[in-house]
Amino acid sequence: MNVPSEHLLVLAAILFAVGAAGFFLRRNVIVVLMCIEIMLNAANLSFLAASRMHALAPGATGPSLEGPTFAIFVIVVAAIEAAVGLALVIALYRNRQTVSLDALTDLKD
Amino acid sequence: MLQQAPLIPAGGAAYDWLWAIPALPLAASLVAGILHFLTLRSRGVWKRKPAAHGHDAHGHGGHAHADEGHGQATDAHHDAHHDAHHDAHHDADHDAGHGHAKVAAGIGGLAAPIAALSMYAAFALSVKAFLLLRDLPAAARVLRSSSWDWIDTGTFPIDIAMHLDPLSSVMTLVVTGIGALIFTYAAGYMKGDPGYAKFFSYLALFGFAMLMLVLSSSLIGLFIGWEGVGLCSYLLIGFWYEKGWPAAAGQKAFVMNRIGDASFLLGSFVLAQLYGSLDMAAINAGVPGSISSHATELFLAGLLLFGGACGKSAQIPLFTWLPDAMAGPTPVSALIHAATMVTAGVYLVVRLNPLFAASPTLLAIVGIVAALTAFVAGSTALVQRDIKKVLAYSTVSQLGYMFLGLASGAWAAAIFHLVTHAFFKALLFLGAGSVIHGMSDEQDMHKMGGLRRHMPVTFATFLAGAAALSGLPLLSGFFSKDEILAHTFASGQGGSPLYFALWGVGILTAAMTAFYTWRMVALTFFGKERFDPAKVHVHESPAVMTAPLVVLAVLAVFGGVLGLPVVFHLPHLLGEWLEPVTASGTAILHAAHGEHAMSLLTEWLLLGLGAVIALVFAHMGFRRYRDGIAADVEAVAKRPRTTAFLMDAWTIDTKYTSFIVGPVKLFAFVIAVVVDAFAIDGLVNGVAAATRGIGSRVRRMADGSIATYGLWMGAVTAVMAFLFLWKS
Repeated sequence: MNVPSEHLLVLAAILFAVGAAGFFLRRNVIVVLMCIEIMLNAANLSFLAASRMHALAPGATGPSLEGPTFAIFVIVVAAIEAAVGLALVIALYRNRQTVSLDALTDLKD
Repeated sequence: MLQQAPLIPAGGAAYDWLWAIPALPLAASLVAGILHFLTLRSRGVWKRKPAAHGHDAHGHGGHAHADEGHGQATDAHHDAHHDAHHDAHHDADHDAGHGHAKVAAGIGGLAAPIAALSMYAAFALSVKAFLLLRDLPAAARVLRSSSWDWIDTGTFPIDIAMHLDPLSSVMTLVVTGIGALIFTYAAGYMKGDPGYAKFFSYLALFGFAMLMLVLSSSLIGLFIGWEGVGLCSYLLIGFWYEKGWPAAAGQKAFVMNRIGDASFLLGSFVLAQLYGSLDMAAINAGVPGSISSHATELFLAGLLLFGGACGKSAQIPLFTWLPDAMAGPTPVSALIHAATMVTAGVYLVVRLNPLFAASPTLLAIVGIVAALTAFVAGSTALVQRDIKKVLAYSTVSQLGYMFLGLASGAWAAAIFHLVTHAFFKALLFLGAGSVIHGMSDEQDMHKMGGLRRHMPVTFATFLAGAAALSGLPLLSGFFSKDEILAHTFASGQGGSPLYFALWGVGILTAAMTAFYTWRMVALTFFGKERFDPAKVHVHESPAVMTAPLVVLAVLAVFGGVLGLPVVFHLPHLLGEWLEPVTASGTAILHAAHGEHAMSLLTEWLLLGLGAVIALVFAHMGFRRYRDGIAADVEAVAKRPRTTAFLMDAWTIDTKYTSFIVGPVKLFAFVIAVVVDAFAIDGLVNGVAAATRGIGSRVRRMADGSIATYGLWMGAVTAVMAFLFLWKS
């Protein structure tokens, strides 16, 4: 099982692209939130891949904790974001009976 | 900056009680201010949130004043009463300003005894300091408290200490002594005024500022007092501000003083630059060493400080505020605008006498200004009809005398005249106040006459004051005025012919002084009553007002013993007492011009000339006006232009109005309309319009779609990331 790190980075890029595409194209707030989660996790994956590349590089003294630490921070932030975001979506639905972004453009006025 | 060991006398905590001399009136001022607000509240005049305004009411009079205006303006009853009274008595410029609805003072009545007591206590402390000082050897006569580090900038510390030397001792005794008498008098004079406690709050605050001025060791401390007395002068001139014109007079005094004060500040900057200290002992010690090397700076500093003195002491060109200042209550005129504040300029010059002695040109300028002022003001007093205006111009004229003395290096003589003038001019003002009080607020002498039968005590004391002012032989004013003129004459003999001319002007002014003084006495107290005794109930003033008159009359008559002329072969008490302070300036003058003692014969001749002139012109003035106003009527009929010219003080003030005030107002209008309304407002509104314009274009970016926001965020992040990576 010797996956090259580059593959991991490519996967991360694909995931990010999927997330970004969903973010820009979908109209359902819940789906948009999910796409944000995908982009965050793509970032996590690239952190871990970079960390792995450093650990395997010639002359490296051992695995570095910086990448995983950042990934854990991002997971925490993502969890918070999901909690707040979903709470907002619920509040939104109670008030407007919709979660479609097309109907939620009040800020422009 | 010159390097030298600063010769500041060491101070000590042992003399920290000197701070109590100014602090006592300050405390009294605070208490009186609180009492005033309690009075207002009990009258129901003043109902707005008491807590918010209560605490800054006393110390900072300006604020209290403003609040007050609101409070009284809402008091319909007061206004109605006041207007009725005003209509009955209004007489253009001659209204005394005493015409108020009388009201019971209530708890505010306590303010007068509190303020007066603080002044008597300060007088007691001044006497104590004087006695301590007297017991020291002459060269060591300085009491100095420990200093208060007011501002410490590292290289230029500003310390203030209480510095009591023979000069400030004389000044504190005069200020607290005469102040205490005038406070006592004012307790009677102001009775029934709605602002009774406020008046004493301001008056005690003035006492604090004036004592700060004369006791402070440094120019900055002196300046605090200098501005403080200016503030109190403004507040008290405009005390009856509801009438309008006293408020305008107060503003005029404040603005004209401000011109002088700016000059004062610039002068002290020059000294600070030169000596690295604002302590006056250090400056005086440093001057002799820098006369040859820094003559120009010393001249400049002296000239600028003299400019400040001109403002405060009402010399040409800044004298026009003092006659207007008579809009204030008469005790204020007596204390501030005759006896103490206006002499601050004289004090300043004597305090820094080495600086002024260092430049003969400066002394000549002082002399010319002084002689001109004395003459112009003296001639103006000849024709005035308002008794307070006569006294006001007389004060300007006598201040000119003091500066004339300073110009010839007669430091002690100037202080001597300051002291005797404080005695007799305070007396005359208080006497005039008593007359105005007794005549129910009449100030026009043409409507008085024959008052000696109605007001015997006022008459007798006024006579003593008039005799002293006109320089009748052996009274205080005779000796002090003669000493100044003798010194001026001696300076002329010493090789400066200019001083003979100054002396001549001084003699002329002495003649005019005698004339207008006795004209005033004759018009006021002699002849037939030129008012309807049935309507005006003339009465002698109460004892609380006449007692200070009697004390001042005694001082005015016998004050001369402080400085007897050389020919009497008796010690010149004041001169010897001030010797440690004035020695330095006198030494500089002697080094520059040599010492020239006048022969005793010349001295006798001058003394005799002074006596003859005083007697002759006093007699002339008295005889012409003893029987009524015919001489005045005749003068106006025969020489209308001359009398109008003199009446208007040589039209100087009118010229100021047309040539300075007018253009300044025009300039202000241009600033208001062109610069402010067009440029400044245009700039401000332009910024707002530009912001709005940009906003209306940029707002299209925010279309409410999350995707657009995300696109912007992503794009900007991408650009930033690219720049960051590309750079590294």
